[in-house]
Amino acid sequence: MSGVRVLVGTRKGAFVLTSDGKRERWDVSGPHFAGWEIYHLKGSPVDPNRLFASQTSGWFGQIIQRSDDGGKTWTQPGTPPGERTTPEGMPKAESNKFVYDTSSETGKPLTTHQWYDGTQHPWEFKRVWHIEPSLTDPDTVYAGVEDAALFRSRDGGKSWQELSGLRGHGTGPKWQPGAGGMCLHTIVLDPGNPQRMFIAISAAGAFRTDDAGKTWRPINQGLRSQYIPDPTAEIGHCVHRIAMHRSRPGVLFMQKHWDVMRSDNAGDLWQEISGNLPTDFGFVIDVHAHEPETVYVVPIKSDGEHFVPDGKLRVYRSRSGGNEWEALTKGLPQRDCYVNVLRDAMAVDALDKCGIYFGTTGGQVYASADAGDNWAPIVRDLPAVLSVEVQTLP
Amino acid sequence: MIRVALPSHLRALAHVQGDVELEVAGPVTQRTVLDALEARYPMLRGTIRDHVTQERRAFLRFFACAEDLSHEPPDAPLPDAVASGAEPLLIIGAIAGG
Repeated sequence: MSGVRVLVGTRKGAFVLTSDGKRERWDVSGPHFAGWEIYHLKGSPVDPNRLFASQTSGWFGQIIQRSDDGGKTWTQPGTPPGERTTPEGMPKAESNKFVYDTSSETGKPLTTHQWYDGTQHPWEFKRVWHIEPSLTDPDTVYAGVEDAALFRSRDGGKSWQELSGLRGHGTGPKWQPGAGGMCLHTIVLDPGNPQRMFIAISAAGAFRTDDAGKTWRPINQGLRSQYIPDPTAEIGHCVHRIAMHRSRPGVLFMQKHWDVMRSDNAGDLWQEISGNLPTDFGFVIDVHAHEPETVYVVPIKSDGEHFVPDGKLRVYRSRSGGNEWEALTKGLPQRDCYVNVLRDAMAVDALDKCGIYFGTTGGQVYASADAGDNWAPIVRDLPAVLSVEVQTLP
Repeated sequence: MIRVALPSHLRALAHVQGDVELEVAGPVTQRTVLDALEARYPMLRGTIRDHVTQERRAFLRFFACAEDLSHEPPDAPLPDAVASGAEPLLIIGAIAGG
């Protein structure tokens, strides 16, 4: 029988939850990297036992961890004895070395962005928000970082190189940090076109490459953001998350700071699909594994309070690709609940029926084994959940 | 033999318990001690000082012999008691938060 592995990143460590295909009983391992912020963990689609984790700390900086046994053991790539050495013969560890590319060979990207007071501010690396393993190569993995940039490793996370065409395409000086910093938090790979990928930055917007990351263009037409000087500007939108169904890579769904959006042409033009949602503010958005027009969001009350409306934790599902939404509440707290669900904290499995998972800032991870009709916590009282990813195992 | 006391999170990263003992050739300074520490425990590279600038990370401090050495030049000699191994170089995470 198939199984499911849920990878949970929290403010104080990582947890790995496993179950068989029934998804009724769960084993919890962790905390891994106790005390560290784990912004994101994700497994390779090519080799499900290969996992990558972003381990961060305001004190000690960025660490990349890798597991090759499904999360049982972890190592920082490049650090074990026998790994690469410097010319002097010293161990060479670069798995946590994220250095912005300012070389003239790659166009010498501009190295300032807009600061909170409108002045220009130099790019400063802070952490990895999101890790996206390649769909085809277990040694290739992408990292979205703060201050916003995209890095790639082709050696299993031992070393990282910036895809500097993103920062270098010209609008960088207009990018600015949101409340959570200026982060590249979303990376979506096109399963049908290895040259194409999508990324999103708070607060710059969404971008697309059609040449494997060499050049990029903003894809924000149709977005409208009242909180920026020009609400329809090419740059400056606070995109929170983008989701895609792998069978239709040209159709994208977006949870923006405010507004739920949809594009049917790979981001060339967006249209609003908020419809009857109680609020169109939120962070997460995801798509059913087998129904590309079935979309999930968790509405959050305003950009000032950041908790669910009316004390009720409700997932909203649209079976029509947006505009018409139904509240899913069975098994979720419907009173006195004031949690948030952060942008990387929802995922789906590929079983039949499709499983939906999300984690809260209150430390619960909820799961539905029937596409959202019924929910139950599969673990509760963890530290605040930052990310949830799901692997469907053979 | 130089002794270095690491904060608990870095001891966990380096898979060590207690003080780290290092051989340092030549003058004993912050730089030579950290070079030796990172050579032996490469997983600590970037966690104490920046990969590129080699500057101390903002929320870490260096203490020895009841003195704060955090703002001393990286090539300044460390106290004799550290160089002789009588006292450890303390690398401490700044206490922050509510």
